[in-house]
Amino acid sequence: MLGRHGRGVGPGYGRVVGPSGYFDAAAGLPTHPVAWQAMQAAAGDGWADPGKLYAAGRRARQLLDAARAALAEQLRVRPDEVGLCASGTAAAQAAVRGIRAARRRAGETVVHSAIEHSAVLHEAASGPSVSVPVDRLGRVDAGAFAAAVGAPGVALAALISASHEVGTVQPLAEVARSCAAAGVPLVVDAAQSVGRLPVPDGWSALSASARKWGGPAGVGILVVRKGVRWTPPWPGAEPAGLDQPGGLNLPAVVGAAAALRAVAAEAAAQRDRLHELVDRIRDRVAASVPDVEVVGDPVDRLPHLVTFSCLYVDGEALLHALDRAGFAVSSGSSCTASTLRPSHVLEAMGVLSHGNVRVSLPSDVDSAEVDRFLAVLPGIVADLRAEAGVVGL
Amino acid sequence: MNAEPEVLDCRGQRCPLPVIALARRLPGLPVGGVLRVLADDPAAANDIPAWCRLRGQEYLGRVDADGAPGFDVRRTG
Repeated sequence: MLGRHGRGVGPGYGRVVGPSGYFDAAAGLPTHPVAWQAMQAAAGDGWADPGKLYAAGRRARQLLDAARAALAEQLRVRPDEVGLCASGTAAAQAAVRGIRAARRRAGETVVHSAIEHSAVLHEAASGPSVSVPVDRLGRVDAGAFAAAVGAPGVALAALISASHEVGTVQPLAEVARSCAAAGVPLVVDAAQSVGRLPVPDGWSALSASARKWGGPAGVGILVVRKGVRWTPPWPGAEPAGLDQPGGLNLPAVVGAAAALRAVAAEAAAQRDRLHELVDRIRDRVAASVPDVEVVGDPVDRLPHLVTFSCLYVDGEALLHALDRAGFAVSSGSSCTASTLRPSHVLEAMGVLSHGNVRVSLPSDVDSAEVDRFLAVLPGIVADLRAEAGVVGL
Repeated sequence: MNAEPEVLDCRGQRCPLPVIALARRLPGLPVGGVLRVLADDPAAANDIPAWCRLRGQEYLGRVDADGAPGFDVRRTG
């Protein structure tokens, strides 16, 4: 069956922005129609270098300032605490690297959960680091985290707001309190939460990615609170500026701000609907697919995301079979990764990594598409098991 | 003392094949018997213990043998 709506559409074509069966919202959403409109306007009006003093440059500066102010308002911070980067990955790395560099005298150790985004893990691993384990549901051990940040020589702590792979919300408020008690700045990767869930206060720096909330790709947000010591980690950067050096993609930044305002206004209303749809997936998959492990916290989780693993099934084959049925999902199985290693998040939780599927629903998902997914999945898994000769094992 | 464990050589097999081979072979052992799965796929270190938990078998730990990662499993039932 072909998607009802075809490919993502431009401005003026109504609320539905994605193809049906697109269940990989955590990787990125189709650009929101409001963002398209704002980007088109900004491309015509804000093409000049916002650093220039002539009229066209001043106009671009006004657009940039307004976009930054709108982002700051949504994130409940000051505009001069918001930096713009070329991606969420760059923002997450800059948060960690910049604070570590600024706090060298206090120490160089980065304390982080075992389930951080790989960008944070790689950055942490460029010096001394401590990885704090998670439980079977994928929630970091807050007590062990507190003990680790209380040790001498810690530059910063890093905790993802909610797992991008299994959806489990992390104990941020509790971890923020132990970081504050230890005098250690907390860096939060909020890429999966911004625009969907409120992020508890108490952090020192935060990173996010516009494509995760319906903004265009190529806009990362770096927030560093006033009073937090942060050294720009880029060569030649101005000491005072948070922005990644180089020309900003101003229309994309304007679109990102417009999309965030639009989705945040609807987020509370859609949260319950998505939460219930994911409940339906969790229940029906567990009931209708034999030998399946539905992972992550069933309650305290991202509203739109669920992960499960099917015993004896090849994850890549499952991904392709679902694609043929019209569903775009993601997988943490090693055979689907360019590294041929299983997801470090599934490993940290100690749950089955093969036959793994991550479903993450866009906000405007049609519940009939979810039902169609639930109708075809048991047959697809059964067929793959029959082909592999593992039925009854 | 326990006898030497039976060895199941899954080297070169990609996930989920070592777990499938384990599931096929273990019922052939007497209850209490130990099977050592040799598997160099990076997912095996995670998925063999996870399979034991799901199937109620006992994962004894990693014992490298013949220059390959080995994973010992005891049949409990």
